[in-house]
Amino acid sequence: MSYLMTKLGDVVKRIRSKNAGPFWITVDIFCGDLKVFNLVRNTITTSMVLQLTKAPAKALKRFELEDLRVVKFSFHRQEIQGSRGDRDMHGAQIANLFLELDIKVFV
Amino acid sequence: MSTRVLVPSGVLGLGFDSQALKRGLELRPDIICIDGGSTDSGPFYLGTGSSKYAHEIYKSEWRELMIARERGGIPLVLSSCGTCGTNSMVDWMYELTKEIAKSLKQNIKVALLYSDQSIEYVTEAFNARKLSELNPAPKLNNEQLSKFSNIVALAGAEQITEALNTGADIILAGRATDTAIIAALPLKNGDSSGGAWHGAKIAECGAFCSTVPNSGVILVDFDSTGFTVEPMALEARCTPDSVSAHMLYENVDPFILYEPGGYLDVTNATYTALSDRKVRVEGAKWVPSADYTVKLESAYVSGYQTITMVIVRDARYVKDIKVWVAKLTKFLIKKIEINTDLFLNDYSLDFHLIGINSALGELETEVIYPVEVGVQLVVTASNQKIATELSKLINPYILHFPLTDTEPLPTFAFPYSPAQIDRGAFYEFGLNHVMSLKEPMDCFQLKLHELSYD
Repeated sequence: MSYLMTKLGDVVKRIRSKNAGPFWITVDIFCGDLKVFNLVRNTITTSMVLQLTKAPAKALKRFELEDLRVVKFSFHRQEIQGSRGDRDMHGAQIANLFLELDIKVFV
Repeated sequence: MSTRVLVPSGVLGLGFDSQALKRGLELRPDIICIDGGSTDSGPFYLGTGSSKYAHEIYKSEWRELMIARERGGIPLVLSSCGTCGTNSMVDWMYELTKEIAKSLKQNIKVALLYSDQSIEYVTEAFNARKLSELNPAPKLNNEQLSKFSNIVALAGAEQITEALNTGADIILAGRATDTAIIAALPLKNGDSSGGAWHGAKIAECGAFCSTVPNSGVILVDFDSTGFTVEPMALEARCTPDSVSAHMLYENVDPFILYEPGGYLDVTNATYTALSDRKVRVEGAKWVPSADYTVKLESAYVSGYQTITMVIVRDARYVKDIKVWVAKLTKFLIKKIEINTDLFLNDYSLDFHLIGINSALGELETEVIYPVEVGVQLVVTASNQKIATELSKLINPYILHFPLTDTEPLPTFAFPYSPAQIDRGAFYEFGLNHVMSLKEPMDCFQLKLHELSYD
């Protein structure tokens, strides 16, 4: 069984992130088809996301919407929107962390 | 009973397709609803009670909507006036409405719904344990409460219905939930409550639930079993995917949405294409709560800031920019200690490295060296004078600080003179709480005005 290393963004249709209010960020991974959806739900573990976002474990929500082929993560913002430490008012750039995430795809 | 709602766009100020609006009006809607703001753009607007978009934009869009309203002979509702929905912003939209009504010779009834909360009222509620924390919530005490420059409660469908019941032609509401103004009339008419709230959520961003988000205008029909949604721009289409995907948008949970008085559950919602551009949605459930609560928002002055930017193009410095910042910071802290009477917790120095990790900070995983780095320093202090003076003190060092002691002093690039820009008061959000009310109108005010320009 061989595999190749690729980036999550190369496998899925689209990834977006946005504030869900001033205290949370929500990330939507649009997988496109069922095959990719299953790949994503099996490959992207919750602990990978916790490591990537440094979100507290008890404040990470995970949703797998098969009908839409979307895997969704919602988590506490590291900094409250607009606070002194906030770097991104709309929370939309954090999607890039997911787009560039290295994943192993078994072929 | 069925209710037809026309939504010109997701927010007043973002524009809408005039042809699409015309087409929507021809389909004889019962009401025109448009949202005026959100917390999307940060705490400044609520902190200062000001609006985000240019005045001329508001003027031209509102004028077009007031003309449409008159043509349709139906109510026009705007919520969260002026981005933040404070009383001052409701009044500002009212002045604009009067000005336009006068120029168009419109005789109209205007209802104003106010959402401001006084510090006294909220403090009393806080001490009477009527406030509950949402997750996560800033720590609250009487002292913190006293600092808030503005506090608003988010109106729900109940308060909007009170305004509708005045028979007003135009309703200008302060801060409200994104969905309240759209759900209000269908609920009042006895349409399915699950459908009313679900359709309101799908419609609140206008054509974002369609294939052409920028086209703005959509039409929603509410009835006893659900709702039907269709975009008014001919090139746009609503599909089951585009509509169901909208529950994901800016929501923590794609299935559950909390509103005053309960929550919407769309777990069992079904989305069916009626044509290649129209979607039928059924199966949403509205679950009323025992306690009636409204969400509160507030902002306060957290400090004053001055920004200095220097561009570092030297390849050697770019490669070691983080080390450079660490050394510079250490040096500056010492210099400030020696030359001022400020303590470490009287100010903060925040360096953002544009080109390295400015957008993502410590989360950044990519390590590449760009051609240059924009070193942005934000100085925060308790008043503007201190922030400015510290920035002046820092100025020669951020311009000339060497990586080592034994090399000639570098000179980086300031893009403009003076190098520092005073930003003024810096605001932060202060609440993530709900307040319980005995009656929905307990903390809101309604005023009715009659304008006559014959």
